[in-house]
Amino acid sequence: LKASSQPPYISTILLSHQHHLLLHFLHYTNQISPHLLLPHHNIPLPLISRFRSTSQPVAFSASSMEIDAENLSATELRLGLPGTSSSEDRPKKPSPTVGTKRALEDTTSEASGTGSAAGEDQDTTTPAKAQVVGWPPVRAYRKNTFQAAAAKKAEQPGGLYVKVSMDGAPYLRKVDLRMYKGYRELREALNALFTKSLAAAENGGDHQYAIAYEDKDGDLMLVGDVPWDMFISSCKKLRIMKGSEAR
Amino acid sequence: MTYFPEEVVEHIFSFLPSHSDRNTVSLVCKVWYEIERLSRRSVFVGNCYAVRPEQVVRRFPNVRALTVKGKPHFADFNLVPPDWGGYAGPWIEAAARSCVGLEELRMKRMVVSDESLELLARSFPRFKALVLISCEGFSTEGLADIASHCNVNLNLNCFGACLVDSRTLPQLRHLRELDLQENDVEDRGPRWLSSFPDSCTSLVSLNFACIKGEVDSASLERLVAKSPNLRSLRLNRAVSVDTLSKILLRTPNLEDLGTGNLTEEFQTESYLRLTNALEKCKMLRSLSGFWDASPACVPFIYPLCHQLTGLNLSYTPTLEYSDLTKMISRCVKLQRLWVLDCISDKGLQVVASSCKDLQELRVFPSDFYVAGYSAVTEEGLVAISSGCRKLTSLLYFCHQMTNEALLTIAKNCPNFIRFRLCILEPRKPDATTNQPLDEGFGAIVRECKGLRRLSISGLLTDKVFMYIGKYAKQLEMLSIAFAGDSDEGMMHIMNGCKNLRKLEIRDSPFGDGALLGNVAKYETMRSLWMSSCNVTLKGCEILASKMPMLNVEIMNELDGSCEMEENSVDPSRVEKLYVYRTTAGARDDAPNFVKIL
Repeated sequence: LKASSQPPYISTILLSHQHHLLLHFLHYTNQISPHLLLPHHNIPLPLISRFRSTSQPVAFSASSMEIDAENLSATELRLGLPGTSSSEDRPKKPSPTVGTKRALEDTTSEASGTGSAAGEDQDTTTPAKAQVVGWPPVRAYRKNTFQAAAAKKAEQPGGLYVKVSMDGAPYLRKVDLRMYKGYRELREALNALFTKSLAAAENGGDHQYAIAYEDKDGDLMLVGDVPWDMFISSCKKLRIMKGSEAR
Repeated sequence: MTYFPEEVVEHIFSFLPSHSDRNTVSLVCKVWYEIERLSRRSVFVGNCYAVRPEQVVRRFPNVRALTVKGKPHFADFNLVPPDWGGYAGPWIEAAARSCVGLEELRMKRMVVSDESLELLARSFPRFKALVLISCEGFSTEGLADIASHCNVNLNLNCFGACLVDSRTLPQLRHLRELDLQENDVEDRGPRWLSSFPDSCTSLVSLNFACIKGEVDSASLERLVAKSPNLRSLRLNRAVSVDTLSKILLRTPNLEDLGTGNLTEEFQTESYLRLTNALEKCKMLRSLSGFWDASPACVPFIYPLCHQLTGLNLSYTPTLEYSDLTKMISRCVKLQRLWVLDCISDKGLQVVASSCKDLQELRVFPSDFYVAGYSAVTEEGLVAISSGCRKLTSLLYFCHQMTNEALLTIAKNCPNFIRFRLCILEPRKPDATTNQPLDEGFGAIVRECKGLRRLSISGLLTDKVFMYIGKYAKQLEMLSIAFAGDSDEGMMHIMNGCKNLRKLEIRDSPFGDGALLGNVAKYETMRSLWMSSCNVTLKGCEILASKMPMLNVEIMNELDGSCEMEENSVDPSRVEKLYVYRTTAGARDDAPNFVKIL
């Protein structure tokens, strides 16, 4: 945690959440590969997005206009003392109080250590999807039907086009989410689409942007929290927001 | 009563509805035994290896309806190796020799060969109904035999993984019911439907939802047109909306419908026609299918919703919670609802406020990975419990649960008969307190005094078993996974649950101490399954030697090899154990990897 910009109480709050919450964050920072993790949606959303966008908003570098994923990773939560940097952290096993009865450590295919490709494209490494024989207890017919449907969906030529609006831009754009493998590519594409608008805004002095999206429930969410696959299945619209509004 | 003529006694017995009652009266005296056995029409065999087929048919020569079950329940989840057993052959052969009056045969989780089906077809002149649930091992040839030989009304339900070639189905001449549910069907083209002979006008139920390929719409329409008794129709993905509309115009008495394909590519006109056709089906009570349904097509069933008592949307991941709730909120008479977890907690709240008559709810996962995502939590279930007070049967997959929620649920719905809760992540504790879920499940068993079936999950210590043993006096079937601390846990169950019939355990730390702690109990139960627990070969051997009336089967299958000596982990540890009471002795059809002690 960035000690300089973060009040100390935030780490306390996080540690007092249940371990799943903590490991959830850790996972998405690629610090550990979980054996069993669930995206934990009891996290009060304002807490996250506030944390993310106020601490160090995604900054456009003046020269290349590139949305820098590395900077974003600097704002991410991790288990460690303030001051430790991302490059030093190595994939850690869950703390001993957690998961003492995890029986799946020998059945998961990916032990900790994978998915730690130097914290780069965190979205291309899907969460270690542990598969236990016969669990969850669902009949083979049901599993096969869904897998067939998913395969069919993957084959579909139709794209997943969503509108992209940018505050201040005169008109909207559309992007096909299926064209991108992860968040990094999406950011690059958006950057390319809105080059002119960004340049205009830059001159106005506003350097801070956040990318948000509207999900199927109609809520405005910050892009980047959930695994890529989950994101594209729930994203209905994209919105590039000015930093001042994102606060 | 022994001075009454036999006919009178027999007549009195005919009022006894349950098998156990009839079993009881047959124990009174020899005369009653004889009267009862000769007048018994329906026999239920819960474990095909518990008794020899010959014994059954000899005792009940006049049986008309026979039900036999094969593999243990965990076979549904691939925990039982293939070729384990459960062959229907011996049963059909025995019946063919001794019970020529047989009219109905129901089999579940058994292996049925084509030869057996051919024998079946030839042997019983009055045969009416063949129900195969989760069976396997036969093909079209077998069904063709049934078809060509059975000259009477035939009731054919096939559920589960059996290979059925769509080509030969249609030769069933006097078919009453053809119900293929959850099968793995090998599709050989669309012409099977057109092969139904013109004389086949007796169709009552047709369910081919699991057939993957195309069907010939014209044939389907013709078939439906000449089946005035059709009550249940379940179509597959290939049937278009247009075909469905045309069919429905011919079936005003339809009670149960499984829709065909309802995809994005639709013409509003087709859907209007569909709505008009559906409105004529005043008797329609149950709806399923919704293959590939697009949200835009959901409104077409709004006119129907108010009369529905059953709704199965569990194969439709394409509908989101808002579409689902718009539909369900109109189904005020709903008693049975099967959905996917995409309905989310918010959606379940809508269910709770709309469906006050709900008795059975099943919420299935849409993501099967252990750490998968689920939009459904304890909040949804709490909402359901406070709105649907008549709930008796529950199957709920979710990603978290709390003790507080379970306490509330137990208080709200004390009438649970079946309560199956599956928290997707094994050993997950209470989501707010991080405690085990012992207290929550304890509340369930304490409040729901009529509970007969229970499946538990999440982080659980021996304490939950103490509660179950203490309170779940009516419990007949208990499923345990990743739970408990020590042998004491299982002992609580063995000593406390007086009515326990089936106990299945996986990945829990119960060992020989628990296995041997109450050996007499096994004779009062149908079966015990233990896999990935701590039982050893020694323990099993002791059990087998103490209890000769039990078959103690151990399965050690590692990488397909069946040699226990090659087990590098621990040669004495038993990976899979299946214990059941039997009068038939050790079975002779066991494969190499099964050792019967």
